[in-house]
Amino acid sequence: MTSPVRIAQLSCGPEYSGVQSEIEEAARAVDAEVFFPDLKLSDIRSSFEAFGLDVRSSDLKLAIARAKALVEGTVEADAVFIATCFRCAEAAIVRNELRRYIHENSDLPVVSYSFTERTTSGTLLTRMEALTTIARRRTLLAREHQEGLTMGVDSGSSTTKAVVMQNDRIIGTGWVPTTEVIASADEAIQHAISEAGIQREDLNAVGTTGYGRYLVGKRIGADLIQEELTVNSKGAVYLAGAQHGPSTVIDIGGMDNKAISVSNGIPGSFTMGGICAGASGRFLEMTAKRLGVDITELGPLAMAGLSRKVPMNSYCIVFGTQSLVNALATGSSREDVAAAACHSVAEQVFEQQLQEVDIKEPVIMVGGTSLIQGLVYAMGQLLKTEMVVPPHSQFIGAVGSALLSSGYIKGR
Amino acid sequence: MAKVFIYPATSLILSDLVARFDHTPLGTALGIRERIQTPGLESPPLQITPDDPKRGLKYAAVEVPSGVRGRMAVYGPLIEDAEAAIVVHDADFAFGCMGCARTNELVKFMIRQRSIPTLDLNYPRTEGEGEEFVAAIHQFLASLGGRL
Repeated sequence: MTSPVRIAQLSCGPEYSGVQSEIEEAARAVDAEVFFPDLKLSDIRSSFEAFGLDVRSSDLKLAIARAKALVEGTVEADAVFIATCFRCAEAAIVRNELRRYIHENSDLPVVSYSFTERTTSGTLLTRMEALTTIARRRTLLAREHQEGLTMGVDSGSSTTKAVVMQNDRIIGTGWVPTTEVIASADEAIQHAISEAGIQREDLNAVGTTGYGRYLVGKRIGADLIQEELTVNSKGAVYLAGAQHGPSTVIDIGGMDNKAISVSNGIPGSFTMGGICAGASGRFLEMTAKRLGVDITELGPLAMAGLSRKVPMNSYCIVFGTQSLVNALATGSSREDVAAAACHSVAEQVFEQQLQEVDIKEPVIMVGGTSLIQGLVYAMGQLLKTEMVVPPHSQFIGAVGSALLSSGYIKGR
Repeated sequence: MAKVFIYPATSLILSDLVARFDHTPLGTALGIRERIQTPGLESPPLQITPDDPKRGLKYAAVEVPSGVRGRMAVYGPLIEDAEAAIVVHDADFAFGCMGCARTNELVKFMIRQRSIPTLDLNYPRTEGEGEEFVAAIHQFLASLGGRL
């Protein structure tokens, strides 16, 4: 039995928001424990003053002193969880600076989160799991080659993907909309296996990821069940040929978005979700539907339009659709509306999430939405960089899962 | 005997001083004790549940962070109940520590709004200031009708 992963908590407000027990429950669910680094009173004063960020809230001063103790090694931990109240400007500054400070000065994986009283352990589970994965499976995450015959299944909120790989080559893929979780996985797997021309029994190892990873993993007897933050980032750097050095992975999903700072293939800090549906892949699906085109046609349509001609920047999917309908009703072209929708999603991810990670090139865009050229273009314009969209980017979770599961082939 | 709200509300020294002069200190210990003694609550460490930030809406709007509203759910009723207050400014961590600066601003403002007898003191930094500090509190509490 392994000992629990020790996650140091740097926070202000969760115990007064009634969510401290949710944080602890999420950690327990992935065999981890959160703890508050103990410090001497004199150390709090000196560390806070040495850090140089003159905040007024005492809990934030304490968080700063605890961060310094972690970086300086006077307190030992496997990972760091930074949590402050949503909508607190002072805390947002501290949260961001501490995340950057720990990321740049230690090997500790760190995730930051702004909570409300509605935050539940379920919301935090994937983040906690990613922290424990990075702490426990560094050797596995360092794997650079896929070996043998393996399959990865990504049971996502919108689509289910399956990939069969053999010795660093993708030989079969399956992609179906997620309806009933197990049935969709069975169908995607069947497509991938048929295309690969193999039998299920031929597979040496299988991995699952995504929202339905546990259910599907149990059903198919997966060797590896792992959350999508570490799996997707691994798949992204693998397919983009960027396994060494720094990189940034952006995955705008159907239900949530991920932004991950990666170093040598291992995530250092990341954010996930946290903003409204107006900045999700789902909004682009709705846009395509309203424009009467298939989602695969939205990208080329957007590339032919000018986003600045249509005002659209709502966090909310309902208000965003309202802007879209108004624009069409006042004579805007479908191309301009499609471009505006892509720009709106990219801008909100840029403003709300990418500020929480350090953007380092190459910036790799993955997931189904990376096939929408208009969105990739808009993101590139905002980041002032050329985005990298690797081949098979829509299968990123399944590829990462197939790659990592090859570490579980017996006898290798 | 008066109910005296203390600031910092976590200060055991202030709480003890108020109690020694036969008044009732209103601070964090009292607010949290009520929660800990309420059967059926299971939200460690302070037994503050997600309902508390909602109760805090009485004192701060929904756009105010949940941590401020949760704290106000503890301190707000105490301030409403108080007949007097002692406010120590710029206190050392060891004297009593209030975690959130925004809550502190609101707590101090609410005390002013109540128009109750309030003693404002700066935290003493020397022995001489310390003696004056205790004497001032002594005098204030006595003026409320406590034991001399």
